[in-house]
Amino acid sequence: MALFLEQLLNGLQFGVMLFLLAAGLTLIFGIMGVINLAHGSIYMVGAYAGTWVAMATGSFLLGVLAALAAAALAGAAMEFLIVRRLYKRDPLDQVLATFALILIFNQLVTLLFGRQPLFASMPSLLGGSVQLLPGLVYPVYRLAIIVVGLLVALGLYLMINRTRIGMLVRAGSTNREMVRALGVDIRMLYTVVFGLGALLAGLAGVMAGPILAVQVGMGEQILITTFVVVVVGGVGSIRGAFFASLLLGVVDTLLRAYLPSMLHHIMAVSEADALGSGIASMGIYLLMAVVLLIRPKGLFVSNL
Amino acid sequence: MQTPVTKPLLIAAVFVLLIALPMIAGATGNPALTSLATRALIYGIAAASLNLALGYGGMISFGHAAFFGLGGYVVGILYQHYTQDDLFLGLIPGTNQLLVTLPLTLIVCGAAAAAIGALSLRTGGVQFIMITLAFAQMLFFLFVSLKAYGGSDGLIIRRTNELFGLNMRDKQTYYYVCLAIAALFFFLLSRLVNSRFGNVLVGLRQNERRMAALGLPAYRYKLVAFVISGMGAGLAGCLMANFLRFTSPDMVHWTKSGELMIMVVLGGVGTLFGPLIGAAAYVVLEFILSSWTEYWQLGLGFILLFVVLYTNGGIEALIGRFAGKRA
Repeated sequence: MALFLEQLLNGLQFGVMLFLLAAGLTLIFGIMGVINLAHGSIYMVGAYAGTWVAMATGSFLLGVLAALAAAALAGAAMEFLIVRRLYKRDPLDQVLATFALILIFNQLVTLLFGRQPLFASMPSLLGGSVQLLPGLVYPVYRLAIIVVGLLVALGLYLMINRTRIGMLVRAGSTNREMVRALGVDIRMLYTVVFGLGALLAGLAGVMAGPILAVQVGMGEQILITTFVVVVVGGVGSIRGAFFASLLLGVVDTLLRAYLPSMLHHIMAVSEADALGSGIASMGIYLLMAVVLLIRPKGLFVSNL
Repeated sequence: MQTPVTKPLLIAAVFVLLIALPMIAGATGNPALTSLATRALIYGIAAASLNLALGYGGMISFGHAAFFGLGGYVVGILYQHYTQDDLFLGLIPGTNQLLVTLPLTLIVCGAAAAAIGALSLRTGGVQFIMITLAFAQMLFFLFVSLKAYGGSDGLIIRRTNELFGLNMRDKQTYYYVCLAIAALFFFLLSRLVNSRFGNVLVGLRQNERRMAALGLPAYRYKLVAFVISGMGAGLAGCLMANFLRFTSPDMVHWTKSGELMIMVVLGGVGTLFGPLIGAAAYVVLEFILSSWTEYWQLGLGFILLFVVLYTNGGIEALIGRFAGKRA
C-alpha cells in the first residue's frame, strides 16, 4: 500500500511537471493558433541554464533565477524572430518551422555544453526524505515539485479568472478575431502569453534538473507527452490541461511501475520487462486515441 | 508556366540522366553517388506518398514513419524467420524473396493505414496531426519492446532480398531495381492525381463542405488516399531496409516523420515531382553538410526555416518561376 501511494505521488509529480509545460502550450495554441514544437526546447534551455548556473555558483536559487531568465529570453527571441511570422500560416508551416527550431536549439546546446549529460545536485535544503505516513517515506524535493506545481496552477487559475489580462486570455482563446476587433492590443497579449508559457517551461526544466539527466533531446521526450496532454485536455483549455496532466502523469507512472511485474506471471522475466515497459510507453497514446475517438476535441474543450 | 511540351521533355531528360547516373558516377570516380541516388529515390517514394495525403488531401500526417518502418520490419522479420527456418507467429514461413516481401509490405501497410486512417480521420486539424503522431509512437514503442526482433538495436538483414537471380548486393543493380520501381510508382501516382479521384481529393482539401454538398463522401475518399499513401511509404521502407540491410525502431521514430515532411516541403507541397526533388535535396544536403561538420543539423535547421518562411512552395515552385520567366 505504501509502495502504491509512493507511485501515486510519483505520478502526481510527473503530472505537475507536464502541467507546467502543457499550460503554456495550450495557451499558445488556443490564443495564437500556433503549434509550437519548440516549446520543449525552452524547457531544455531552462534546464541547462539553471543546472549550469547552479553548478557554477553552488546556489540552487540562483540557478532557478537563471533558468527563468534564460527561458524568458529564449521565448521572447523565438516569438519576436520566428513565431510572429507564423500566426497566419497553416499548421504544416508551423510544425516545420518549429521543428527547424528544435534542430537549431539542440545543435546550439550541443555546441555549448557537449553531448555529455549534466547532473544537477539536489538543493541541500530540500535534500532529505520525510515520513508522510507510517511506512511511506518520500523525498522532500519531489514533494516540493508537487507543491510548486499546484501553486502555479492555483496562480494561473486566479490570474485567468480574476484579472483583466486573464479575461483577455479567455476571450482570446474563445474568439481571437472578435478580441482584435474590439481594439485590444493583440500583439501585447501574444507576447505576454508566449512569455508566460516560456517562463513555466523554464521552471519545469530547472526543477527537472536534479531528478532527470539534463541532456540534449530531453525537450522532445517530454514535449510529445505534453502534446498528448494538451490534446486530451482540449486545446486551449487550462483546466483541461491540468486534469489531463495529472491523469496522464499518474496513468503513465503506474503502468511503468506495475505492468512489467504483472506480465511476469505469464512470460519470461526479461521479455516481460521489455514488453511491459514498451506497452507502458504506449499507454498514454492509447488513452489519447480513445479519448479523441469519443470526444474528437478533447475532454474539456472551451465552449465554442 | 511550363507549356505542355516542355514538361514531358524535362521528365524524359531527367529519367535518362538517372539511368546514366551509375555510369557517370563510375566515370567521374564518385561511386558514392550511386548510393546517394538510391537513397534519394527511396526517400522520394516515401515523400511523394506522404504528399498524396498531405499536399493533395490536406491531411497533415505526422506519423508516416509508422508505415515506413513497418515496411522495413516486414522485410526484417521475414528474413529472420527465413534464416532461423521457423514460422512467424507459428503460421507464416520466412522468406528472402522480394517478390513476396514487397506485396506483403503493401498489404500490411495498407491494412495498418486503413486502421489508423479510419480512426484518425474522425478528427481534424491539430488533433489529426497529434493522433497520427500518437499511432506512430505506439508502433515505435512496440518495436522497441519486441526483444525477439532486436528491440531497440534493430534487426540486421544479412543479405538483400533476392529478385530474379539478380546480384542484389551490387550497388548498381540495386539502384536500377529502385529506379524501375520508382518509375512505375511515379507513373501510377501521376495517373492517380490526374484522375477524377485526384481532383476530388484536391477539392476536399480546398473546401470539404462544398464537396460534401456535391454529394461526395469525403471520409471515404480521404481514407482511400490515406491508405494508398501509407502503402507507398511502406514500399519505400521495404526498399530502404533492403538497401541498408538493416531495420530498427529509428525508422519509426517521430523525427523520421518530420524528415519526410521536410522533404515534401523542401520540394513543394502538392506537386507530383516536388517531393522527389525535395528528397534528393535533403539527401545531398545531409551528405554535404555532414561531411563539413558533425553539427550539420544546425545548417539544416536554418535552411528549413528559410524555406518555410520565405519560399512559397519549395524548390519546385522556384524552378517553375524560373522556367516561367524564360518561357
